[in-house]
Amino acid sequence: MQRRHFLQTGSALGAMGLVSGCATVGGGSGPKVVVIGGGYAGATAAKYLRMWSEHKIQVTLVEPNDAFISCPISNLVIGGSKTINEITTPYDNLTKRHGVQIIKDRVNTIDADKRIVKLAGGTELSYDRLIVSPGVDFMWETLPGMAKADAKDKVMHAWKAGVQTLTLRKQLEAMPDGGVFAMSIPLAPYRCPPGPYERACQVAEYFTKAKPKSKVLILDANDDVTSKGPLFKKAWAERYKGIVEYRAKHRVTDVDASTNTLKFEFNDDIKANVLNVIPEMRAGDIAVNAGLATANKRWCEVDFLTFESKAAKNVHVLGDSIQIAPGMPKSGHMANQHGKTCAAAVVALLMGKQVNPAPIYNNTCYSFVSSEDVVHVSSVHRYDADKKTMLTVPGSGGVSSAANELEGRYAHAWARNIWADTLA
Amino acid sequence: MKIQHALTAAAWVCLSGLAQAQVDPLHVRSWAASCAACHGTDGRAQPGMESLAGANKDDMVKKMLDFKAGRKPATIMHQLSKGYSDEQIVAIAGYFAAQKK
Repeated sequence: MQRRHFLQTGSALGAMGLVSGCATVGGGSGPKVVVIGGGYAGATAAKYLRMWSEHKIQVTLVEPNDAFISCPISNLVIGGSKTINEITTPYDNLTKRHGVQIIKDRVNTIDADKRIVKLAGGTELSYDRLIVSPGVDFMWETLPGMAKADAKDKVMHAWKAGVQTLTLRKQLEAMPDGGVFAMSIPLAPYRCPPGPYERACQVAEYFTKAKPKSKVLILDANDDVTSKGPLFKKAWAERYKGIVEYRAKHRVTDVDASTNTLKFEFNDDIKANVLNVIPEMRAGDIAVNAGLATANKRWCEVDFLTFESKAAKNVHVLGDSIQIAPGMPKSGHMANQHGKTCAAAVVALLMGKQVNPAPIYNNTCYSFVSSEDVVHVSSVHRYDADKKTMLTVPGSGGVSSAANELEGRYAHAWARNIWADTLA
Repeated sequence: MKIQHALTAAAWVCLSGLAQAQVDPLHVRSWAASCAACHGTDGRAQPGMESLAGANKDDMVKKMLDFKAGRKPATIMHQLSKGYSDEQIVAIAGYFAAQKK
């Protein structure tokens, strides 16, 4: 069993050319941690586990994608002011600089009793502790028409950056001037609360420059804009007057991709030239299938001191998959913070030290209302020992007073820094 | 204004000793890691953001307390600094001051 595992892992890595240089990779004697998913949470956890254990913990990261493509900033690719290459970071520094073993694969099953994960490619990995950070998957069952042939090739969500982002950009480029771009927003909670509104701004700016007779129609299932509302509404009313139209309480119940039509719970059907349907979301498939999604079978409840699952011992869940604490957004920045809090706790647990009883961390989220001007929302979250959850610190945090170019520069600096903190 | 400043300075000198005596250094490291998302791992920032690694501790504490009290204008730090106690600010500044530039 162990020998087979070693051989498979060895050959998989050799074929990918991912093993290199400095640090010990596999075969060591230290405790083993497997991380599922190399997003903002998982990659950060993998890196910090190595750093903070002084390379004593063996860390294997299982990630199906070749490289990390950032969701934050990806709306600028849709707007046309950034390229996909500019938001893409390779994974190799995690191996070269930190000795994280990376396996390009998907996890099929988790056996929490035997502490083994089975990969789609056949490899089995044993662990002392498992970190599950698969992000979100979509509740396609709420949109029956999207199951029809080719519907998913035609109607983009672009809520996981990559091919979908590029395809949506191409659809906008191909749209005739005078056309309508309709975007639907799901009920909260969903990944990146201000993201859809930022996207509306990015598309509107592109239309202002290239297709001034065109419209952006925002169809929001929520009662109102869920994040930075006054700032976005000001941008739509002033910068994009006559281009952006916002309609609240429009919950999409189905999509007819063949006619580009959205159907709603209470409102009339809407046809558009380009549809962008952001479906309702839940924890990533592997987390749901492993029984970790204990909140409405949708999100994973965790102990906020360690991020250990409330459903499975030695299994930790991070990032957008978790049942969030009050006031905690599903954001890349927050996922990065989860990664470090969990890494510190797992190092303490595996090395026999005390887990930090008082975590405190912050969230910073920038949104581009044009290709240069930005608004932010910030918050600080600390552990409340009585309520056993993270709470926002009273009096902390806030939003920008107005969109400004200085924060545009800070937003790009934020991206460079968090990508490096997560992956380099 | 000058008196207020002098008092603040006295306050954070006192805090320096207090915080170091009470908090587990590994837990301070975790607090500081939160700042790394913008200011770089261990405070070594990428271009466009201020590096904190190896900076003067007292300068960092004063800056944060000034942000917190609204004496120093900012885009975001006046909001984030209000989430941390003075003791936490002193401890985190001590961590970054001790990091290699």
